[in-house]
Amino acid sequence: MPVQVEAPRIQTRDQRPASASGTEVRDKTKVAVKDLNFFYGRTQALHNISLEIPERIVMAFIGPSGCGKSTFLRTLNRMNDVIPATRVAGQVLIDDRDIYAPGTDVVELRRRVGMVFQKSNPFPKSIFENVAYGLRINRVTSSSSELAGRVEEALKDAALWNEVKDRLKTSALSLSGGQQQRLCIARALAIRPEVLLMDEPASALDPIATSKIEELIFDLKKQYTIVIVTHNMQQAARVSDTTAFFLLGKLIEVNTTEKMFTAPNEKLTEDYITGRFG
Amino acid sequence: MDPHRHLDDELSSLRDRVLLLGGEAEQALERAMYALTERDSEVARDVLDHDDRVDHLEVEIDRQCIDIIALRQPAARDLRFVISVAKMAPVLERIADHACNIARAALDLNNEPELKSVLGLGRMADHALKMLRSALDAFTSGDAIVAREIIKSDTEINDLYNHTFHRLIELMVTEPATATRDARLLFVAKHLERIGDYVTDICELTVYMAEAAFIKHSN
Repeated sequence: MPVQVEAPRIQTRDQRPASASGTEVRDKTKVAVKDLNFFYGRTQALHNISLEIPERIVMAFIGPSGCGKSTFLRTLNRMNDVIPATRVAGQVLIDDRDIYAPGTDVVELRRRVGMVFQKSNPFPKSIFENVAYGLRINRVTSSSSELAGRVEEALKDAALWNEVKDRLKTSALSLSGGQQQRLCIARALAIRPEVLLMDEPASALDPIATSKIEELIFDLKKQYTIVIVTHNMQQAARVSDTTAFFLLGKLIEVNTTEKMFTAPNEKLTEDYITGRFG
Repeated sequence: MDPHRHLDDELSSLRDRVLLLGGEAEQALERAMYALTERDSEVARDVLDHDDRVDHLEVEIDRQCIDIIALRQPAARDLRFVISVAKMAPVLERIADHACNIARAALDLNNEPELKSVLGLGRMADHALKMLRSALDAFTSGDAIVAREIIKSDTEINDLYNHTFHRLIELMVTEPATATRDARLLFVAKHLERIGDYVTDICELTVYMAEAAFIKHSN
């Protein structure tokens, strides 16, 4: 039987002091999930998930297809709300506030918890307008120069600026697949989210574009809490500080990535990691 | 079809190869000591001639480990196994090198009058061989408990070495005519003592492989 994990505290691989004085340790919990259950109609997709995600780390979700990792990811910014006949029970706390509490502003929630999808989905607009879109509809900026500054900042954060700075007015659809995905990341970053959810962000990309996305993730964790779903276990090993393994809608194990890939605690995890699952 | 069959086959082949290397090291030590105690120079030369095969096996294992890591990207227990083998192969090769050094000492000493003190090294060699065989068995079965017991037994070989060392020094003082030969035996004793240390390394790797625990330098 899978082992239920009780909201484990994770020691990240680089728990450096966050302040120059060295007194403040960077292990504040950003997201805390408590006894989360999720249903598609009568089918229960997630069972009693409890998990804590510390601030400014990369946590990877791994598991076989249909294990619930993407469903779980989407519960973290209520993206499942748009699917009819779904139901959620339990709590998802972001900075100690339950995002499923009545009265939650879901638009504001999704501003704080951005998302990047498997398939890049740029709007059929210019590169500039793609990044500016969220800023405009959220009325984040008050002047065109401020808007341009925020677009540039987001494109730089997404490691795309140098490649597109001379053609900001050209269509985003003219970019390569990898560039389009980084543009989508820039679009998500433009509104300065606190948490970034990534659902297999590099699965459709070639190795070079994948490498750029992975490097980007590594850099972004200095500012953001990142949760990534990936089928590629080597990618999880490369980019994440902590890894959570899901199976049949249950959280089997969550551990530091080093521990997970060298000596996992659970046999089910070991069998999956070593490819002997099923 | 088991999608993991190819990796399993490769890990199994790697295990066979490292055990073959272990067998070669064990046989080299046994035969080198036979050459010394039975004054059989033919056997000593045979040990030296055979060392190329040991070196070749070590290189093969190195390559196989690199191939598995690069192409199969093993994780968890598979990764620990491959890393343990990669670190164990040079240790076994060094044990065989020490056996060659003992064989060289045998070739020199066999041309000289026999020394009774040679017999004192027999116990050390027996213990080193027993440790090596048990260590290879513990590795094969992934038995960390037995591996830890073997590590503890290294003190016995160290005690035997100290005893032999003092005895040979005494002989050098009381019978200066045999000092050169005694000195050669002193080196043989040191080789055996080092082999005990190498067997300890093998056992530490077995513990890592089985339990993911680093016990090296943990006293």
